[in-house]
Amino acid sequence: MLLIACPHCGPRAQEEFSYERTTDSVVTTEAAPDAAMTALFTRENPRGVAEEIWRHTYGCRGWMVFRRDRISHAISDIRPLGPEPLA
Amino acid sequence: MSGGRYSALALLRGALGGQQHWGRAWRSPEPAPSYDVVIIGGGGHGLATAYYLAKVHGIRRVAVVERSWIGGGNTGRNTTIVRSNYRQPQLQRMLDHSLKLWESLSDELNYNVMFSPRGALFLGHSDADMTRLAERGDALVAQGIDAELMDRAAVAKLIPLLDMSPDVHWPVQGGLMQWRGGTARHDAVAWGFARAADRLGVDIIENCEVTGYVRDGERVTGVTTTRGTIAASKVAICVAGNSGHVAGLAGLRLPIESHTLQAYVTEAVKPMIDTVIMSQSLHCYISQSDKGGIVAGGDPDFFPSYAQRGQPLRLEDAIAQALALVPALSRLRMVRCWAGVTDMSFDGSPIIGDTPMDGLYLNGGWCYGGFKATPGSGWLYAHHLATGKPHDLAAPFDLARFAEGRTIDEAGVGPMPQHR
Ligand SMILES: Cc1cc2nc3c(=O)[nH]c(=O)nc-3n(C[C@H](O)[C@H](O)[C@H](O)COP(=O)(O)OP(=O)(O)OC[C@H]3O[C@@H](n4cnc5c(N)ncnc54)[C@H](O)[C@@H]3O)c2cc1C
Ligand SMILES: [Zn+2]
Repeated sequence: MLLIACPHCGPRAQEEFSYERTTDSVVTTEAAPDAAMTALFTRENPRGVAEEIWRHTYGCRGWMVFRRDRISHAISDIRPLGPEPLA
Repeated sequence: MSGGRYSALALLRGALGGQQHWGRAWRSPEPAPSYDVVIIGGGGHGLATAYYLAKVHGIRRVAVVERSWIGGGNTGRNTTIVRSNYRQPQLQRMLDHSLKLWESLSDELNYNVMFSPRGALFLGHSDADMTRLAERGDALVAQGIDAELMDRAAVAKLIPLLDMSPDVHWPVQGGLMQWRGGTARHDAVAWGFARAADRLGVDIIENCEVTGYVRDGERVTGVTTTRGTIAASKVAICVAGNSGHVAGLAGLRLPIESHTLQAYVTEAVKPMIDTVIMSQSLHCYISQSDKGGIVAGGDPDFFPSYAQRGQPLRLEDAIAQALALVPALSRLRMVRCWAGVTDMSFDGSPIIGDTPMDGLYLNGGWCYGGFKATPGSGWLYAHHLATGKPHDLAAPFDLARFAEGRTIDEAGVGPMPQHR
């Protein structure tokens, strides 16, 4: 990790970024109670690669999605996250 | 003479032969085909569970299955602070039960776990801090748990090396002391429980990773491991930072995320800090080991990881905080730093008891605070495994609480472990 390539700002120090949650744990206002509960309170928590939402909090404040290996910390497939719903 | 009692006499006798007579403290058996209970994870909690199953409930066909060596996980990586002065009544009661077990643990196990109730002090740095500490102290005393609010002068007298200047960033205004709190020797806790459990017939099987489960319909009836299949009437997960992974092998998703926590130790020096120092405003905790090293830690890394390796940045923060409180520490050399994978639950409290699958049980989610619970956690988990029902003290910590809106959120943070 150490450097994260922000889709807007390019490679920046990891310390400028903050982890939010995994893409499968976003709770929408339309979600049924069971689905909302599952998204809020359960995680796959893989010992491997997860798709995560991060924010360039101390930079452009933009949101992004990437795949990150939770053992090696290697990041791939960085893309910006806009107001449109997650695919 | 592996089964012998440890005593001053045995030590003296051994001196004549250069202490060469000490045998292995526990057997190294091959896994049997089946057990009443298979405990996954040979940390302090798993070993304590096995011990109390055998000792209190007479269930001796028990195996503790450990991926590497016992105590090599968070048991051997933590800063060993033991206390029960939490904020929520459920945590206070559960952890004070554990603290009472600590108080007689060395005798119970015939193994010196070096429990040292040297006092655990939370510093307050503002009027707001002092108000919160006073509230917590009152709540603790109402539960029958010791708490003493100390003023500035009393704290200065107790820890002469604290920076007491009024014009610093974190001025010390006072503190909340639990005199019964303190530290213990982490390795000795694992070894003591292992030896005592082994003597009651428990098989401790090291270098044996659980890779999956044997099922009969929806029921779990055993585990597959790197050393073969083992059948079990009950399978008990107790793997700390690997809770998500090991529950995931059964298709379960838990309210737990694994995060990194670091700690460090300095060279050994003469006694300079004789109590445990923590803070109401800073995430910084400092104590001095019996060997003389200053042991300290700080915040977790704020994102999920199984790396068992932390960021230098977080370590710098932790060190800066310790130096701000005790400037004399700047003269010491750091000799080691390390990290552990903590099982951060989504309300900051542990999960003890049933899973949605028959025959499969869970003890995890202890976050960065489970060492203090080692004997208590084992006691309560053993009770559940033996009787099929939660112990009264463990009942609030069931997995169902998240779906039912009964979370026990000490920090009031919600399901965001990175903010805890
Ligand atoms: C840096 C740090 C500082 C801490 N400081 C404190 C403190 O001051 N006070 C406090 O109360 N708590 C503290 N904690 C928390 C405390 O260490 C843990 O909550 C507690 O040790 C966890 O329980 P355990 O001892 O059973 O876990 P562990 O010792 O981690 O045991 C779990 C075991 O499971 C094994 N395992 C994992 N997967 C498998 C598998 N598939 N098959 C077989 N075995 C497996 C692992 O190898 C490991 O040995 C700290 C933690 C860290 C990392
Ligand atoms: Zn940016």
